[in-house]
Amino acid sequence: MHWPEIIWISIAFVWGLVMFLAMIYWHIEGEQNLSNEAYRITPDAFAEKTEAMAEAYTVREEGETGIPVVHPPPGSEVYMLARLWEWCPILELEKGQSYRLHLSSMDWQHGFSLQPTNINLQVHPNYEMVLTITPTETGVFGVVCNEFCGIGHHDMVGRIYVVE
Amino acid sequence: MSATTAEDVIAGIEEKYRTCLDTGLKVYEKAETLIKINAVTAVVFLAVGGFFGVLVALTRWPAVHLLPAELFYLVLTAHGAAVLLFWIIFFEIAVLYFASAIILNCRLAAPKVAWLGYVLMLVGSLLATVAVLQGESSVMFTSYVPMQAAPNFYLGLILFAVGALLGCFVFFGTLVIAKEEGTYEGSIPLVTFGALTAAIIAIFTIASGAIILVPTWLWSLGLISEIDSVTYKLVWWGMGHSSQQVNVSAQVSIWYVIAALVLGAKPLSEKVSRTAFLLYILFLQLACAHHMLAEPGISSEWKVFNTSYAFYLAVLGSMIHGMSVPGAVEAAQRRRGFDKGIFGWLRHAPWSNPAFSGMALSVVLFGFLGGISGVVLGTEQINLLMHNTLYVPGHFHATVVLGTTLAFMAITYLVVPLIFRRELIWPRMAQWQPYVFAIGVAGTSLFMMGAGTLGVSRRHWDITFSEAALSFDYPGMAFLMMGLNGIFGVIAGIGGLMFVLVVVGSLLFGKPRGAAEVKANPVVAGGEAASTYGSEGTLKLPGTITLVSIFFLAFVLYYFINWKFLSEVWPLS
Ligand code: HEM
Ligand SMILES: [Cu+2]
Ligand SMILES: [Cu+2]
Repeated sequence: MHWPEIIWISIAFVWGLVMFLAMIYWHIEGEQNLSNEAYRITPDAFAEKTEAMAEAYTVREEGETGIPVVHPPPGSEVYMLARLWEWCPILELEKGQSYRLHLSSMDWQHGFSLQPTNINLQVHPNYEMVLTITPTETGVFGVVCNEFCGIGHHDMVGRIYVVE
Repeated sequence: MSATTAEDVIAGIEEKYRTCLDTGLKVYEKAETLIKINAVTAVVFLAVGGFFGVLVALTRWPAVHLLPAELFYLVLTAHGAAVLLFWIIFFEIAVLYFASAIILNCRLAAPKVAWLGYVLMLVGSLLATVAVLQGESSVMFTSYVPMQAAPNFYLGLILFAVGALLGCFVFFGTLVIAKEEGTYEGSIPLVTFGALTAAIIAIFTIASGAIILVPTWLWSLGLISEIDSVTYKLVWWGMGHSSQQVNVSAQVSIWYVIAALVLGAKPLSEKVSRTAFLLYILFLQLACAHHMLAEPGISSEWKVFNTSYAFYLAVLGSMIHGMSVPGAVEAAQRRRGFDKGIFGWLRHAPWSNPAFSGMALSVVLFGFLGGISGVVLGTEQINLLMHNTLYVPGHFHATVVLGTTLAFMAITYLVVPLIFRRELIWPRMAQWQPYVFAIGVAGTSLFMMGAGTLGVSRRHWDITFSEAALSFDYPGMAFLMMGLNGIFGVIAGIGGLMFVLVVVGSLLFGKPRGAAEVKANPVVAGGEAASTYGSEGTLKLPGTITLVSIFFLAFVLYYFINWKFLSEVWPLS
């Protein structure tokens, strides 16, 4: 072994440790971490919970198909359901408030891609993923499906409003 | 085992071989034929699959939007399967036979089994391809359940995998024979060691594949009622990710063998390079988590450990090769007298030799584009910025195309004269090919990563959402990126076509290579450096040290920039 190699290997090894510890550090100090909270759930049960929320808090309807816009109270459990090929319902959230967002699919896998913020999560059938989100800006956000889900995949767009 | 071995030995003595005029290595006929057939089949799949790639890139160029939606998803599935699975793995089987039989001066173990493996792979790949082209299996090559393909799609992949497994066994058998017959001295050469790494990982890969594809096939036949979608993904990527490590091992071995054959370069230290391969074997099979970071129901502890290959020990392996390969080239060049300044050795490198230029571009672009983006993408939390966006295909076109495919193209420029014994027709075109292809693919790679950073989805037919009930507007910049991606995709396609033309043209019409041609146009510096164990002696490597320093700086900067991006996203917990 020659000295340039020894130095390079040492640097690379330490750098690997730094990158490893960075992920752990972010779990402690960072603000963007995915929760490990998930449950097994049947599509029907998830749909029921979503409908219950929509019934309680729908404020208006939008789009040709009359998708409900739901304004749940800050801090509450909010649901968004994925199915071929739509996201339901539209959520209206308040800036700076936290919500527990539940995601699940009724059929195949879908991809929750919140744009332009660029938060991307995988949505499975039979699994309910729960995470706490806190919108920091107002506006209209698209939820693009970014897991290929058949021929209507490119038409699967949902929406989240963030208001003051 | 020992009884059959004795018979094999006798058969081996009778087997026909020739002595290579270029390298002095013994080349056995049966091994040679098998290398040829596997390599040619690979190139056919590259030609077809590459063409599909260009169609995909043109469809994703919003101003062109070439294919209708249904056909787009079909062609995208076919593209992934044809190039990622069939081109790469057929070629890897050829590499295994080359690295065992040819490099070790040995006959191939059980040529009949090797033929059976080939036939299985061929039947399997055709079965799967036909299933896709019939339109009932547009599920992407990942075929995530519960989306379902036609049963023959899965069956084809299973047959293909079994065939590849047989190829690995023939490789192992050949190593055993070479050892018993003493066809080489001391330890096996580094190239063979790298190929051995690839084959060992391949066994793990194929086992994972069987565990998941067999039940999925039964499910598609209606014999199993349900397959859990998270478990499927976990095991599927046990195959899908570790097969990328097979690619990396094969490609790194090729870097070393090209440096050895073209320049007579030896690794800086054999032991260090071998240890780096060993790190691949020990840690690369982790990392199926790269594909599970945004998934529900998996703990962060497992994600962090797995995605980082323990603590980046496999990345450490690659960084070692990343110094050792250019270091070997620098040392060899200085030994040959190109000793001026820091980069004199680089200026005087054989840049017009496509084997060398292809290898050099593969090393640099794989490291800078593929390696760095891969580590960033695979960081547990940062992944959520890019998961399933075009950043992902951007990243892996830098690894599996700029790295693996370009390395395979480069070695082909040596395989044609050495194994097929043909002179290259159109040497000028061959000379330019690696550059054209590299520029094209580097462009698509960068622009896909750029579009992904802006949130553009992968595997998506219409980013204008013209028929969606609700809509969303991507920034104008994203559209510009997709246009540039289309343009560079066409350039990549031209580079790929140049490769296919030169190779197929040379096989059909190239001048046979006899003693006179070898003398007039020597393509290798000798087989010595490739087929023996040994390290470079030179210690003076200012050029390589400068290069790796630049690389490290780029790596650190880009890594922390992405943490900065992440910190600006909505808080999540
Ligand atoms: C002419 C050269 C090539 C061009 C222009 C090209 C272009 C593309 C494009 C535009 C995509 C689609 C991204 C998307 O919409 O999600 C894609 C996907 C892909 N490409 Fe290529 N590519 C080329 C060569 C290759 C090669 C040589 C390989 C493998 C060795 C490869 C492997 C893949 C894979 C695995 C996918 C993903 C398919 C999927 O998402 O299921 N490509 N390519
Ligand atoms: Cu979807
Ligand atoms: Cu989709």
